[in-house]
Amino acid sequence: MSGPLYSWGRYPYTPQTGHCASWRDEWADRLKTLGQAHGTTLPYGNGRSYGDSCMAASGHVLEMRSTRKFIAADWATGTVTAEAGVTLADVLALSVPQGWFLPVTPGTQFATLGGAIANDVHGKNHHVRGTFGRHVRAFELVRSEGVLRCSAHENPALFAATIGGLGLTGIVTWATFQLIPIHSTQMDTQSQRFGNIAEFFSLSNELDHQHEYSVAWVDCLARGQQLGRGAYFTGDHATYGEQVLPHRKKLSVPVTPPLSLINKLSLRAFNELYWRRQPSQRRYAKADYEPFFYPLDSLLHWNRIYGPRGFRQYQCVIPENDGEYAVRALLETIATSNQGSFLAVLKRCGDLPSPGLLSFPLKGVSLALDFPVQHRERDALFTRLDAIVREANGRLYPAKDAHMAAPDFQRGYPNWEALERHRDPSIQSAFWARVTA
Amino acid sequence: MKNIVIIGATSAIAQACAQVWARQGHHLMLVGRSEGKLNAVKADAQTRGAASVTTLVQDLADVNAGQSILEACQAQWAQIDYVLVAHGTLPDQAKCQDDVNYAIQEFNTNGLSVIALLTTLAKQLETQRHGTLGVISSVAGDRGRGSNYLYGAAKSAVSEYCSGLRARLSKLNVHVLTIKPGFVATPMTAGLPLPEKLTATPEAVAADIIKGFEKKRNVLYTPFFWWPIMMIIKMIPEFIFKKLSI
Repeated sequence: MSGPLYSWGRYPYTPQTGHCASWRDEWADRLKTLGQAHGTTLPYGNGRSYGDSCMAASGHVLEMRSTRKFIAADWATGTVTAEAGVTLADVLALSVPQGWFLPVTPGTQFATLGGAIANDVHGKNHHVRGTFGRHVRAFELVRSEGVLRCSAHENPALFAATIGGLGLTGIVTWATFQLIPIHSTQMDTQSQRFGNIAEFFSLSNELDHQHEYSVAWVDCLARGQQLGRGAYFTGDHATYGEQVLPHRKKLSVPVTPPLSLINKLSLRAFNELYWRRQPSQRRYAKADYEPFFYPLDSLLHWNRIYGPRGFRQYQCVIPENDGEYAVRALLETIATSNQGSFLAVLKRCGDLPSPGLLSFPLKGVSLALDFPVQHRERDALFTRLDAIVREANGRLYPAKDAHMAAPDFQRGYPNWEALERHRDPSIQSAFWARVTA
Repeated sequence: MKNIVIIGATSAIAQACAQVWARQGHHLMLVGRSEGKLNAVKADAQTRGAASVTTLVQDLADVNAGQSILEACQAQWAQIDYVLVAHGTLPDQAKCQDDVNYAIQEFNTNGLSVIALLTTLAKQLETQRHGTLGVISSVAGDRGRGSNYLYGAAKSAVSEYCSGLRARLSKLNVHVLTIKPGFVATPMTAGLPLPEKLTATPEAVAADIIKGFEKKRNVLYTPFFWWPIMMIIKMIPEFIFKKLSI
């Protein structure tokens, strides 16, 4: 259908050939023919996974965006059934005017429904609602041996394995999920900057449990007394306010510049300015939901700013007990290396369990940072960060990963062998081949 | 709220139009060959907010197809506001040169069946003195090319028929919109080596079509850049054109 497909980080730079279906009942046949022709394949959504978890070991992926119909919606109860290729933006466009919102949303609305299930995505309300998988009621799974309906009651083992199952258990063709009611399209927000990492933890302890959404930006270059300074944000769906669909004009990065626009100088200047702009006292405001949840979605193809070599994201979660100590160590290591990017996010995760086997979040604190792929020292930095995460019993997020060592993955996700047992023989990703080797 | 008939409703461009019209809350009648596929498009349109969606399973090669469609419309609507004729195939040119039955069948599907439908439906709109007929032709109908001339000839017949029909019906407050898409990434063109920069999505083409209906455009090239491209292609002298392999 289109040109070669890549992952969002454009690293590893392995072009994938997409294979489409016009109707969802054709996927069983695609799975069979691709399995015969190339050994294995992998469902591919809208390419928002950063590393190699959305790349097929064979280089031939199933382009799930080609089936993106809605099947049913019950606006009395807020349940929607749709094909796996619909994006979260497609869902919001329909549900928001009806007074319903996604129960859990990642930082982009351009992920597909299938991708949200396969990565069991989480958002700024993880401490209240857990992961997306908790809100999935049922789905259809196309496997080599046949087509199955999965829910907590039907094929429960495959239901669990598929949530956070990285697309390996079969093709999710459609899914039914539950939305949450909203009264307004606006958000009641709070923002406040903090001077160091200890202040972040005290703000988070004070405010997280009072708000649906919370997240923090951190200046990854600040050192010494200011280590881990940043800005803390909370949000709640407003009870009173406007009821309008946002139609912000979207800008686009039209071409990939020959060099990454993110470098030491631009980053230091940007972080300083951004931190100074944040209020030192708590500031209350109203915001539309799009800029609150999806600030980056207004800049289409923003991944191009990292230049032709692409970028990698480092996202880890550290269990609560060692959280502050380990995050401090991670930030010190990053600041000393003078690398990183503007996009550095801290989030306290809650303890609500996911039905999935390989869900990423755990009770503790998650840190996510982008790094342009251009320095040779990068691997050395990632090795040092990995050691800190390992020490603190943390783990990395497969959806963001392109480097995790097999032993680290297997230690972080002890259920991986159960998922391997449920993996469809005709499906294999580059990521899975790497971390289970 | 409009009453809209979509013929060939399971084609990619028609589906993309149906999505927009459903969001706008219109009444839709979906006509196509496969009941299962029509039902999938119907569920999507209903979920997106269409006021009502009816399906009609109909073989469009049948000369009485237009009459059946009219009867289905009259059974539930007082009038028809829009008709979109979107069915078609992309014939294998090499096979058309080899197999006369295949060539005639493809010409029927892409040319004569459209003309037959328009003949019947035009009568109804003429009686109403109201409504718009939108017909998906193709840039391929602007000039016969060695690589694709059976399809081009059928679409040319459709474009010329629409031109005349528009001239006649414009005096009766009925509008005819000729839609000429260029390369579109659809199942019909899957596997063809289309130039990526010139290939549009069905959604982009649908947005142009919807606007074309609203603004009563006469001939709509979509995306717009096909208009200058086709102007140039039409101007190339025949003694040069015949030597080109396009």
